[in-house]
Amino acid sequence: MKLYDGGKILAGLLIFLGLLSIPLWYQFGKSPAAPPLSLDTPQIRSLAQKECIEPADYMRAHHMDLIDLWRKTVVREGFRVYLSSSGREISMSLSQTCLGCHSNKEKFCDACHNFSGVKPNCWNCHVVPKETI
Amino acid sequence: MEESRRRFFRIAAASLLALGAKPLKTLGGYGGGSFSRLGTEAPRRRWAMAVDLTKCREGCRDCIEACHQVHNVPDFGNPKDEIKWIWQEPFRNVFPAHEHPWMAREYRRLPVVVLCNHCDQPPCVRVCPTQATFRREEDGIVMMDYHRCIGCRFCVAGCPYGARSMNFRDPRPFIRQIDPRFPTRTKGVVEKCNFCEERLAQGRLPACVEACKERALIFGNLEDPASEIRQVLQNRFSLRRKPELGTQPQIYYLV
Repeated sequence: MKLYDGGKILAGLLIFLGLLSIPLWYQFGKSPAAPPLSLDTPQIRSLAQKECIEPADYMRAHHMDLIDLWRKTVVREGFRVYLSSSGREISMSLSQTCLGCHSNKEKFCDACHNFSGVKPNCWNCHVVPKETI
Repeated sequence: MEESRRRFFRIAAASLLALGAKPLKTLGGYGGGSFSRLGTEAPRRRWAMAVDLTKCREGCRDCIEACHQVHNVPDFGNPKDEIKWIWQEPFRNVFPAHEHPWMAREYRRLPVVVLCNHCDQPPCVRVCPTQATFRREEDGIVMMDYHRCIGCRFCVAGCPYGARSMNFRDPRPFIRQIDPRFPTRTKGVVEKCNFCEERLAQGRLPACVEACKERALIFGNLEDPASEIRQVLQNRFSLRRKPELGTQPQIYYLV
């Protein structure tokens, strides 16, 4: 089989692939800086013991699982109080418990969700209380 | 060749059978389970409401305003898109079988307060393909899980009382004042009265009952013989909407 103008075609293909993969080359070797998450709200400042529902590592990795579990238990089972691993009793409410402390949704929730390209649809229905920063 | 081909068919047939057996089994279990549960274990609580038609004032909308305020019910301003949790209907529409041309005029003109009947045999629950609507065994409330609702509107068609409304548009801009303690709904979701389930959990009465100055709405636990609602149902004649359908509605009208 003979490829007419093979050199030109192959060179053109290489240039095309190179252009196509520019986003990969552009970021190669460096990881983009994660956005700073602000924990500085009046509610958190006034806490004696700065502890989330569960340890921070767990919350960072699994907050969505916890919220999902809360949703199922409250809506479908009718239980409203969560017993945390440290033995605290917490009312299972997104807009009151979670946002009660993290009253800076834009600088806390949205900052990381936008960075990681996650679009949770919680706020289509759940009401964000007035932000205090 | 021949042997392996036969084996292939044998395995295929066996796995098809195995696949088919599972749904059959769950179907049998579901039907059997729900029937045996009826009547054997009485629920601990059974919330119900009585509406005293003799006390309900014409032109008063206190219960409706209170409910729609705490539950962020939108007002689209046109009856086609209307969202209804608790609302008023003329007597002849609420009790079509009980109307006749010679009945007292005040009854014929009377607007009757109607809401979700929280049926014991709710048709909306039976038709819901995602189980977004379900009946709580422990207190009989017919609940909605808005997270699961896909907006198919089978329940709207299934409910014989018209107690379910679909959000054809985004409701947020049409809510007069959003109460952050209760979620709004979103476009493409059906909603209805939840018997103030969130207030009952805090030991409070439903918003409509609390708002009624005439005390025309009586709410209580039917399982408790000493409750006000049991007393009033024992002492006075009451009607239910379309009882012939067998849905066992739990809103009683005192006449």
